[in-house]
Amino acid sequence: MNKTQQILFDEPGPRAQRRIRIATVLGAVLLAGALVAAVYQFASHGELAAARWEPFTTWPIWRYLLNGLWATLRAAAATAVLSAALGLLLALGRLSTHRPLRWLAGAYVEIFRTVPTLLLIYVTLFALPQYGMNFPLFWKLVVPLVVSNSAAFAEIFRSGILALDRGQTEAGLAVGLRRGQVMALVVLPQALLQLAPSLVSQLVGLLKDTSLGFVVSYTELLYSGQVLSSYTHLLIQTFLVVALIYLVVNASLSKFARVLQARNGRFGGRRGRRTAELPPPLLEGNTPR
Amino acid sequence: MEALTAHLSELGHGLVTTVELTVVTTVGAMLLGIVVATLRIAPVPLLRAIGTAYVEVFQNLPLLALLVLFVFALPTIGITFPLFTSAAIVIAVYEGAYLAEAIRAGINTVGVGQAEAARAIGLTFGQSLRHVILPQGLRAVIQPIGNICIALLMNTSLAAAVGVVELTQAANTVNLVEAQPIAVFTGAGLAYMLLALIIGQVTGLLERRLAIVR
Repeated sequence: MNKTQQILFDEPGPRAQRRIRIATVLGAVLLAGALVAAVYQFASHGELAAARWEPFTTWPIWRYLLNGLWATLRAAAATAVLSAALGLLLALGRLSTHRPLRWLAGAYVEIFRTVPTLLLIYVTLFALPQYGMNFPLFWKLVVPLVVSNSAAFAEIFRSGILALDRGQTEAGLAVGLRRGQVMALVVLPQALLQLAPSLVSQLVGLLKDTSLGFVVSYTELLYSGQVLSSYTHLLIQTFLVVALIYLVVNASLSKFARVLQARNGRFGGRRGRRTAELPPPLLEGNTPR
Repeated sequence: MEALTAHLSELGHGLVTTVELTVVTTVGAMLLGIVVATLRIAPVPLLRAIGTAYVEVFQNLPLLALLVLFVFALPTIGITFPLFTSAAIVIAVYEGAYLAEAIRAGINTVGVGQAEAARAIGLTFGQSLRHVILPQGLRAVIQPIGNICIALLMNTSLAAAVGVVELTQAANTVNLVEAQPIAVFTGAGLAYMLLALIIGQVTGLLERRLAIVR
């Protein structure tokens, strides 16, 4: 039991234990009631019939949905790489000593952090083609996602760089490195490791954003579900399965982010080595223990 | 520019719908967030599990998938709501998971001594939560809650994808008529930025008024 759970209640005594048992039973009854109501709704509209779920045990249906998932992952990967790179450049721009650069990067981030992605998608769908910029479907989804996600990445990178102890930069400058070298050799490697969990969390958000392919009619997972359900007329079954796939993929990513968080952003078993590398205290007897 | 002025009423309606949707869902999501955060710290293991499952499910599903499921698929099992209501319910449920996590983070910042003192003077779990923990915990996370509200504002645009005529959809319709994409979409973008700015200002004001300086 962790700290949060402990602060509001003591180790339960006999009366509290009775109350906990009552609350558990009540909760279970409510949960079961909701479940029964859901099953009843499904059954009374004939959506529980085996014939309406059977297609989801066949390979062609799964192959179609997994193709959709593959397209989702491809779009997410392209968006992640491009927007992380652009976001890093923007963060460096916002922290640069060059005033116009700082201003430009700041304006970009502030603007695209508060404009909905769907509006950007409508711009690439309906505005840009008028000016001769008619991208393939894949890029019609990825470009707006990169534009809005790079602003989010920029803020993550900036906060990570700012959170690093200033002494690191000062020490770098003191040993004669140039500002760019300090950033590349000292600040970024440490900041990136610290940021790993936030970056993976952002990845979950970005993967969810690719569901906007539904609007672009790029056949990623959600739009594949739409196409499939218009053929099979198995609306609720298809979208429940699609939701389940999203849930499995994103929950694994979130779990990974939490593992990274628990390890303080370090991959592999490097924490042990790091403490071993610490120099011994200068004055053995005087260090407070 | 004429494209904007000629269609002020459509765009104005869209803007009003966006504001309504944002306000309604913010209130709903806030209430849900408090309930779910409470579930997650309750002494009853089953309730804690329900709270965790809620957050896990709704933080990991795309909002658009939930909207599509709710608006297009639920009618097949006989559950139908007006379009605006459906969108409001789904967005509130979705953002409720994020607010619950923010509120839980706020509760974590409250010193253990506060909860112990509340228990020592005989307050029950509910009383100490209501009178001691939440008032302090919520004040610690005004800024994160404001950021979630801005994200919520941007997410209301997804209601356009299932047919709610809010600002994004209104802009799109006007553009299809006028074919003046730059003016129309820039106008809509500026309106969103203005709304986000207002939320940011209100958050800042609340923060200055309410936050506890430690």
